Amino acid sequence: MSQADMTMTGHSGLMEKPAFSVPAKKMAMWLFIIADTATFAGCLVAYGFIRNATPDWPRPFHSITNVAIMTFILVTSSITMLFAIDAARAGDKVKALRWTLITAGAGALFALLHIREWLALIDEGMTLFKNPWGTGLFGSAFFSITGLHLLHVTCGVIALVAVGLRYKGGRYNADDLEITGLYWHFVDLVWMFVVPLVYLLNLAH
Amino acid sequence: MAVAEQHKSGVGKYMVVYLCILAIAALQFVIAYSAITASQMFTRMLFLAVIEAALALLYFMHLADNHGLLWFVVIFTVFVLLAMQYGWTDSFRALGGAPWAK
Repeated sequence: MSQADMTMTGHSGLMEKPAFSVPAKKMAMWLFIIADTATFAGCLVAYGFIRNATPDWPRPFHSITNVAIMTFILVTSSITMLFAIDAARAGDKVKALRWTLITAGAGALFALLHIREWLALIDEGMTLFKNPWGTGLFGSAFFSITGLHLLHVTCGVIALVAVGLRYKGGRYNADDLEITGLYWHFVDLVWMFVVPLVYLLNLAH
Repeated sequence: MAVAEQHKSGVGKYMVVYLCILAIAALQFVIAYSAITASQMFTRMLFLAVIEAALALLYFMHLADNHGLLWFVVIFTVFVLLAMQYGWTDSFRALGGAPWAK
């Protein structure tokens, strides 16, 4: 490439095309998601081994109402996130921010319901190391897995508010909102495995 | 052409996928109350969770629109998960005790 070409086209002609035609930031988020999948898979498979090997594994959940509401809220928050990205792609900043904040609100509501459930279990005598129903390992497994997920939800809510406001302010663009959305969908996706393995299989019959 | 004019909304498709995911989640709750063995319950629930996750990956996370990235994510993730299995055999041994230690 001649100096004249460089002047005309800048350095873009010398740059490699991004992998899979995906921008670097989005690719970084995908790599993070893959790594986080391994983290959650590790936790859930380890939980499976412990549960399978422990004869007096407790089944403390008497009702599915709370977990059903939490699931509905989280899945619904995924679609409100998609509405936000859709509005951002259409260039409607106000609508995009509104849907992003609704998504964050749903995430916050999910977190509150989750904490309420934790408090109810703690009230019944469950801690990290003991509970009134059976092996103490249940508390460790339950609080570790749901706690890790709750941490992800909390970080997601903070990220959604921060990115949404900066998008509205013009510092971030629709791509940044979409990347945050990828993270949020991942949090939803993990919950799809946590519900059957940690809650539904431990339902008292 | 303005960004808004170029944009094609996918709201209809998203709603269909959303309803499918909700229906599958509801099915998991129904399975939880059915009179089957724990292993049957586990298999069915995990199968449905994989379908839910696949729908979310393909349509919510837009992997259906980028086949190159789809294969990268699937192959990479499956490789990582399979590589983790290398350690699980040790977990099995820990459950039964090391045979040579008896």
